[in-house]
Amino acid sequence: MSASYTSTEMMAIAAARLLRNDDVCFVGIGAPSLACNLARLTHAPDITLIYESGTVGARPDVLPLSIGDPELCETARTTVSVPEMFAYWLQGGRISVGFLGGAQLDRFANINSSVIGPYDQPKVRLPGGGGAPEIAALCRQTYVVMAQTKRSFVKRVDFVTSFGFGEGGDDRQRLGIKTAGPTLVITDLCVMRPDPTTKELVVTALHPGVTREQVAENTGWPVRFADPLEVTPSPTDEELSTLRDLQRRTAEAHAAKPAPSGVSADPSTSLGMTTGGVIPSERSESRDLHPGSAA
Amino acid sequence: MTQFPPLHDATPTYVPDGSTIALEGFTHLIPFAAGHEIVRQQKRDLTLVRMTPDLIYDQLIGMGCARKLVFSWGGNPGVGSLHRLRDAVEHAWPRSLEIEEHSHAAMAAAYAAGAAGLPCAILRGYAGSDLIAHNTNIRSVECPFTGEKLAAVPAIRPDVAIVHAQRADRAGNVLIEGITGVQKEVVLAARSAIVTVEEIVADLRAPSPNSTVLPAWTITAIAVAPGGARPSYAHGYYARDNAFYIAWDAISRDRDQFTRWMREHVLETPVEAVA
Repeated sequence: MSASYTSTEMMAIAAARLLRNDDVCFVGIGAPSLACNLARLTHAPDITLIYESGTVGARPDVLPLSIGDPELCETARTTVSVPEMFAYWLQGGRISVGFLGGAQLDRFANINSSVIGPYDQPKVRLPGGGGAPEIAALCRQTYVVMAQTKRSFVKRVDFVTSFGFGEGGDDRQRLGIKTAGPTLVITDLCVMRPDPTTKELVVTALHPGVTREQVAENTGWPVRFADPLEVTPSPTDEELSTLRDLQRRTAEAHAAKPAPSGVSADPSTSLGMTTGGVIPSERSESRDLHPGSAA
Repeated sequence: MTQFPPLHDATPTYVPDGSTIALEGFTHLIPFAAGHEIVRQQKRDLTLVRMTPDLIYDQLIGMGCARKLVFSWGGNPGVGSLHRLRDAVEHAWPRSLEIEEHSHAAMAAAYAAGAAGLPCAILRGYAGSDLIAHNTNIRSVECPFTGEKLAAVPAIRPDVAIVHAQRADRAGNVLIEGITGVQKEVVLAARSAIVTVEEIVADLRAPSPNSTVLPAWTITAIAVAPGGARPSYAHGYYARDNAFYIAWDAISRDRDQFTRWMREHVLETPVEAVA
C-alpha cells in the first residue's frame, strides 16, 4: 500500500496510466507533460512525445517550462519546423492522443481557453487557443486533464476555443470532423467519459477516497454517474516516487522557489491554460487524499 | 548586398512608425535585443505579428508601441498570463489594442503561404471554434476536387521580419539551428528581413547538408547582438533563463513596477551593455 498523496498527484498518475507504449502523443505544457513523461518513465518507455515546437520523440530528463525548452530539442529524435509540425504531423493524422486542458470545460467537453466574459470586453483575457483548436479536431482522440471545480467545470463555456461534442449527439460528424474527440476527462477527483449516444460527460470512476457528493459539488451541471462506478486504483510506490523525483529534478532545473507559487493567486492562471495544457501548480490547495482512510 | 549596420541604426531604417512587423522565434531565438531597440526608439502604432507574443511583445505593448496584435497564444509559457497584454485588452492601458486572434496551425500555415507567394493558406482548421465568429480573416473555401470545406486565412506578409540566429558568415549567410519555429518562413514572407546574430564568423560551419541556412540574398540587414535572445535562448550558445520567465510574472503585474523595470533595464541600457 502506498503512502499518502495529493489529488494533483492522483490526477497525473491516473492520466499517465491511460497512455500506451505505442501511443504518439501531442503534449501540452503542465499536467499533460507531467502525465506523458510519467508514463514514459514507468510503463510506456517507448511512447512518442511530440511538442508543438517541432520536437518529435522528445525524452526530457526534467519537465520543460515552455513548449520549446532546449531539453526537448536536445533529446528529440528529430526537430521539424512549426509549419511542418502542424501540417504533416497533426493535420496529416499521425497523432494518436492529443492532450487538452483549459480554463473551462462544459458537459459536452467543449473547452474555453480564450476569454471569461464577452470576447470584445473580456473580464479575463486568457492566453488563447494556440494549438488546441486543431489538436481537438485532428488527433485520433483527445484526453482532457484538468483540476475540477465548479468554476472550471461549467454547464456551458463562455467561448468554444476547442470543439468537443458541441451540443452533443452527432455534432462532430455534422461539422465534418472525423476523429473521436475527447474520449476521456481526467480530473483530480474522478474520470469522466462521454455517453456513447448523447456525448454528455458521465463519471465512470472516482479516485480513492472521493465521494459522489464531492464530485457533484465541483461540477457546474447535474453530473451523472455510471453504474457500476469504478474506483481508480491508488498510486503505487513506484508511480509516486517516479513522479516526485521528476518534479524535484524539474524544480531544481527551473531554479524556482517552490514551483511558481505566486502564480496561483492570479485568477486567469488558476483557471489554467496553455496550449492543450494546464499549469503545474495552478491549484493552490491540492486536496490531500489518504487511501488509508478509504480502505 | 546584405548590410551589417549596428542595431540602433537598422531599427529606424526598417521599422517606421505604423509598420507591420513580425519578431519570430518559437520559444527559442526570440529577438529580445531587437525588440528592446524598438522600445528605446519609441516606435508607435506598430502592428505586431507573432504566434506566441511572449515577454518581448508584453514589453512592446506595455510601452505603448503597438496598435494591433496578430497572435495565436498570448501567455507566459508554463507561468501564466502576459499581464501587459491583458491590461491592454482588458483596460486599454497604456492604449487600446486591436487583436486578430488565430490558432497556431493557421498562423504557421499563413507564414508558409507568405513565403510561398500565395494569397492565402488553406488548412483543415478551426472546426467548431468560436474564433471564426470573432475574426473576419478566418474564412472557408471548398476543395474543387473533393468538395470538402476547408479553413482559409490570408497569407502573412509583414513589412519587416526580425529574427535572431546563431551566426552569419561575412557574406551574410545565416545559420539557424535547433527549434527553427517559423524563422525561415517569416524571413521569406517579409518585404525585408533583419537578423540579429550571436556572432559573425569566417566559416558558417553548417553541420549538415540539410542545415537551415538562409542565403545572404534573402536577408536585408544583419546586426551582431551577442546574447540578443536572452532570456530566451540560443541553442549551442546559452540556455533559456526559465527563472526570469517566472520572475517576469511579478515584475509585469503592476504598471509602475513594469515601467520602472523597463526604464532601468531597457530605456537606460543601450544594446551594447546587454552583451
